[in-house]
Amino acid sequence: MKFGVVIFPGSNCDRDALYATSLAAGRESVPLWHKDTSIPADVECVVLPGGFSYGDYLRCGAIARFSPIMQEVVRFAERGGLVLGICNGFQILMEAGLLPGVMLRNSSLHFICRDVRLKVENTDTAFTNAVTKTVVTFPIAHGEGNYFADDDTIKQLEDENRIVFRYSDAAGRATPEANPNGSRNNIAGIINKQGNVLGLMPHPERVCEPVLGNDDGMMLFTSLVNSFVHSFEV
Amino acid sequence: MSVEPTLPDHLFSELPVTAQTTKEVGLTAAEYDNILTVLGRTPTYTELGIFSVMWSEHCSYKNSILQLKTLPRSGGRLLVEAGEENAGLVDIGTSPDGKQWAIAFKIESHNHPSAIEPVQGAATGVGGILRDIFTMGARPIAALNSLRFGNLDEKKENARTKFLLKGVVNGISHYGNAFGVPTVGGEVYFDDCYAGNPLVNAMAVGIVEVGKTASAAAEGVGNPVMILGSRTGRDGIHGASMASKEFDESPEDMRPTVQVGDPFAEKTLLEATLELIASGVVTGMQDMGAAGICCSTSEMSAKSGTGMSINLDLVPLREPEMSAYEIMLSESQERMLVVVEKGKEHIAKAICDKWDVPITQIGEVTGDGILHISRNGKLVVEMSAKPLVLGGDAPVYEREWRQAAYFAETQAFKPETLPTTVSHEEAFWKLLASPTIASKRWIYEQYDSQVGSNTVLRADGDAAVIRLKEIPGKAIAVATDCNSRYVYLNPYVGGMIAVAEAARNVACVGAEPVAITNCLNFGNPYNPEVYWQFREAVRGMGDACRAFNTPVTGGNVSFHNESRNNAVFPTPTIGMLGLIDDVGKTVGSGFQSEGDAIVLLGNLAVTEGLGGSEYLKTIHDTISGNAPALNLDEEVRLQTLVIAAIRGGVVRSAHDCTEGGLAIALAEKAIKGGLGAVIDLETSLSATVLFGEAQSRIVVSLPESNFTQLKSLCVHHTIEIHRIGTVVHEKFSIAGLPERMLETTVARLTDVFENAIPNVMKA
Repeated sequence: MKFGVVIFPGSNCDRDALYATSLAAGRESVPLWHKDTSIPADVECVVLPGGFSYGDYLRCGAIARFSPIMQEVVRFAERGGLVLGICNGFQILMEAGLLPGVMLRNSSLHFICRDVRLKVENTDTAFTNAVTKTVVTFPIAHGEGNYFADDDTIKQLEDENRIVFRYSDAAGRATPEANPNGSRNNIAGIINKQGNVLGLMPHPERVCEPVLGNDDGMMLFTSLVNSFVHSFEV
Repeated sequence: MSVEPTLPDHLFSELPVTAQTTKEVGLTAAEYDNILTVLGRTPTYTELGIFSVMWSEHCSYKNSILQLKTLPRSGGRLLVEAGEENAGLVDIGTSPDGKQWAIAFKIESHNHPSAIEPVQGAATGVGGILRDIFTMGARPIAALNSLRFGNLDEKKENARTKFLLKGVVNGISHYGNAFGVPTVGGEVYFDDCYAGNPLVNAMAVGIVEVGKTASAAAEGVGNPVMILGSRTGRDGIHGASMASKEFDESPEDMRPTVQVGDPFAEKTLLEATLELIASGVVTGMQDMGAAGICCSTSEMSAKSGTGMSINLDLVPLREPEMSAYEIMLSESQERMLVVVEKGKEHIAKAICDKWDVPITQIGEVTGDGILHISRNGKLVVEMSAKPLVLGGDAPVYEREWRQAAYFAETQAFKPETLPTTVSHEEAFWKLLASPTIASKRWIYEQYDSQVGSNTVLRADGDAAVIRLKEIPGKAIAVATDCNSRYVYLNPYVGGMIAVAEAARNVACVGAEPVAITNCLNFGNPYNPEVYWQFREAVRGMGDACRAFNTPVTGGNVSFHNESRNNAVFPTPTIGMLGLIDDVGKTVGSGFQSEGDAIVLLGNLAVTEGLGGSEYLKTIHDTISGNAPALNLDEEVRLQTLVIAAIRGGVVRSAHDCTEGGLAIALAEKAIKGGLGAVIDLETSLSATVLFGEAQSRIVVSLPESNFTQLKSLCVHHTIEIHRIGTVVHEKFSIAGLPERMLETTVARLTDVFENAIPNVMKA
């Protein structure tokens, strides 16, 4: 399994994503420069990392979707390639039309950085097949992570079991108190219909080693490595 | 000497220079005479502007350098002495591949800009200190900040405190989060003396391979001088001089002197800068903060004994009509001055193009030691760089000093003899909700504290712990500290305590303190009583630094922190760096496990420690008495002991007793750990014992089976040990003689501690 991590000039979680995916895959992940017009053929999963892509003084990710590399990422996804968007990466996936919905400012109107609990609603995905816990703890760090979509979209996401991560309490209940930013239906992460594009606001790449006090995030990257190995065998 | 004030024909002055213009730019008559002597002629208007900023306290340290030189500035693990480069450099060891690594770190104030426009003032404070770090070639890995505001409560007259707190936190969050540095620690105090003059001290920490740093020197005659980063605009002109004045105008009128920050520009500047330095084409680099092009050209030239020929027409401008004076003094953010090896400009250009960061040649290095600066084809500056800089001919003053008038009165006050007006239980709850003690979650959760995926401990330890991917297994600990009430009440002892507490904070996570940076915030140095505070505090810091073997790597002096003729409490903020050899052997401050023994290391039945305490302020509305006593020898032994106990795996948590004393330290351990405690102090429960702030005391928790081992460590280091309680599930009680004073639950403690600040901010 080889990961490629897109680097926009304002990405700041790119190094963390390269580090965590290399750790999971057991081989060096490759950086993909935002001006690149192709993705190396041996890259099997593209990660859009957190950060502020092009400053994000406009709506988050609104400029990034027009970058040369994003045209390639869209093609890659359409061909069935695995794409993971974390935080700003999730915002960019929505701007690029690969995932539905938009992000509003957090209901507190503040940037929030803290550990949150997430109910893993669907472990039958390429991104979660190795998750062995019902509730995981990932940190969030965003000012605009308040997921919004119209009623029909929300219903569709619910009906198709495409809400993969939901803000919850320790027992897995999606209570209003457990919702850090006002997201509809406590949505923290969703997947596309085809199951190859996942976006989530929390940061699994920040919690991949016991030395940092938490390695729940590694389960997500291990899932990707597993799923690729399996699909390859099939 | 008598100098005929004339200007040679080949020089052009945009405005005539007179005694009046001299005063307007903030120079004294004596300093103007000095300029005439140095130049042997009248300065041009641009030259006068350069002198005014370069001879401001902010750039020249003219009123502080004689005292700063008394601090230990070398030895230990220091690789670069204080003042040599933009930030100090500390050796942290070698990685398995044989590379030697260093930490660059520094703290700086941005007080006046933050008082005027809190969001941008604080944001550009963060931006400025980050540039100091990466201009050396170091990648920033952590940021901290030390903040002081007026009283935070629901009173109408303190509404501005809320406005300032919101703005400053927003500014730090906006800039640091987007730039991508984890803001991992710091401190926030609230005291009335800061109401009109808040303090915003920002610290940055970076890592660099030894030998791969860039120097702030202009080497190599004929090498191109280039400007890197944002365009130059009219923002921030006279920022450095503004920082060297009290507020006599309303803050609103001074907004144009505040710069505006662009964290995205800073992020791309960071990456371009590090790539440029790594490429080997850079011979020297300095960031442009205070005093902009003026400061960078003169300091880089003076450092290498070279000169520069600069054509200001080549500087990319935001407004085409800017004068030479304005271009030289502009403090537009996100810019660097860089000297590149001649013939390799194309390599530099290619790197900058990759990051879309503009780079433009504006001149070249000359061998004559003279700054030649022109605008519109006219020479507006022609002078040696040496007179402008510290260590050159910049003025150095020994100011008059006198023991403060209040000192005899506050020293005579004995708070321990005050009658008890409220029950200990009531005092406990009031202290726990006091904004200086209460949880700062409302603030620190607005900062990204984890980007970089190196943060091991943040608010959950007495210091932040950052593991180093470069040296597997190793980590650094960082903390800032200063209790300014102690410094006010006893500048010498208060200065010592600021260093001792910062060292104790890193010791409490198992780190060995290795070096400090400092940010000295004081009032007007021309007031002899303020200068006495300054001298005494620096003397105390120096003695403490020698005791802990933590030399000073650099920092910043901020005088004139006054408003409406009231000086702030003297506030020498200390930023401490500690080293951890095994990142697996670090502990947080909260209780870890039910059944663990709770032990106080240090004195229990103290009879002093209410002077300058939070108890005295909150309960008796008084800031008086003497600062707590500090025995440096005992403090060093205590810290050595706690480091050994943590590294040996003997204790599972450590937290020192500071504001609010022993009772609050215990409550904080319960809240942080989410576990209760049954405490029996077996001594008479006075306010002094419960809430006094006697120094050199640390509360630890440990498995019962390790108690004997800890006891023998205490015997070895000659530190008192007191078994005071046991960790339990949820109950929290404190008993003593004659009876129990408090029985509650962790949930209730947490509720009061966590909601105090949010409740005020919501109101």
